[in-house]
Amino acid sequence: MRILTGAIAAALITTTGAFADPVDDNLVINGETEIVTRTAAPAHVSDALDEVMSGWLFRKDGTRAMQADDFDNPGMIFVEQAMDTWETAEGSEGKSCSSCHNDMDSMAGVKATYPKYSEAAGKVVTLQMQMNDCRTERMGAEAWKYDKSDAINMEAALSSVSRGMPVNVAIDGPAQSTWEKGKELYYTRTGQLELSCANCHEDSYGMMIRADHLSQGQINGFPVYRLKNTKLNGVHSRFKGCVRDTRAETYAPGSDEFVALELYVASRGNGLSVEGPSIRN
Amino acid sequence: MASGVKPRVKVPKKAAAGDSITIKTLISHKMESGQRKDKEGNAIPRSIINRFTCEFNGENVVDVTMEPAISTNPYFEFEAKVPEAGEFKFTWYDDDGSVYEETKAIAIG
Repeated sequence: MRILTGAIAAALITTTGAFADPVDDNLVINGETEIVTRTAAPAHVSDALDEVMSGWLFRKDGTRAMQADDFDNPGMIFVEQAMDTWETAEGSEGKSCSSCHNDMDSMAGVKATYPKYSEAAGKVVTLQMQMNDCRTERMGAEAWKYDKSDAINMEAALSSVSRGMPVNVAIDGPAQSTWEKGKELYYTRTGQLELSCANCHEDSYGMMIRADHLSQGQINGFPVYRLKNTKLNGVHSRFKGCVRDTRAETYAPGSDEFVALELYVASRGNGLSVEGPSIRN
Repeated sequence: MASGVKPRVKVPKKAAAGDSITIKTLISHKMESGQRKDKEGNAIPRSIINRFTCEFNGENVVDVTMEPAISTNPYFEFEAKVPEAGEFKFTWYDDDGSVYEETKAIAIG
């Protein structure tokens, strides 16, 4: 009898296994903005993935529900703070963001195309770098520190007005070499654990990573409000956390390497909706 | 004086008479517990919202005593019966004596 129970228990363990498949659910924000959380993979990743999926599908019911209503989404508190900053004049020129750009709503769609090649900078820049270019060149204000509260809150505000629009970063033309570099970083194993991004997020998504569900590592939901640190988190900070977890020396937020990686990872989510500020663990 | 305090309330614009509606409230506040110490080892003084009330046309709906263990940006969600058109009044009381108020009208329809 004991042997039989043991056999049944073993069978149960193998059938339930370590799989934690994405849920079958739809995200509509505030009852009006439909979010594409899964779609056919863009051509440049179709050899690796059939379908691209937002990290939202890998979260629990309660966490997913919080994102469906802006009132329940704690990330929106930081968005509101940035909305105030948008109207506040700073720097030697006495200008605010709204002096040139008018309403925040006029920026709808901008987040979906970043990172992108900037003629002025002569390289691919992220949205935060473009914001700082505005601050130092046009406002005469000090640059914000990368991924720190002012910058990440503003990025979240710009993202919030683009929600529901498809991510669509350019990977050809002048951005191509940066994209290739990002792709190389994505597939390069780092650290004492010798893990690349792909080992977890391409080969093993849907599995458990210790006690957590492993997603595809899509960044359409960034900036994300994380329940573990109760603030908005930037893409580069997340990259840093991941690289650190492979027990490697990390690149710095705002570095050329992370800009390239951000472009590549964003391009893997081309077609998913802009979702930030999203809520994750 | 706590900085960045901003009350937010979500109440439906109208309801049928006698209906129960769901009300959501949140106030951005750091809710400093008084238990923490700064880098020099000095206690950081307590600064929290210590009471929250909701009234409908002068009648009490909820009256909450809040304690230091409540985390940043306290959020309350509760139900209220709406017998007639009127106004919800929400009040938050800060340790520093500040009082934050918000009102929301609701119609019957």
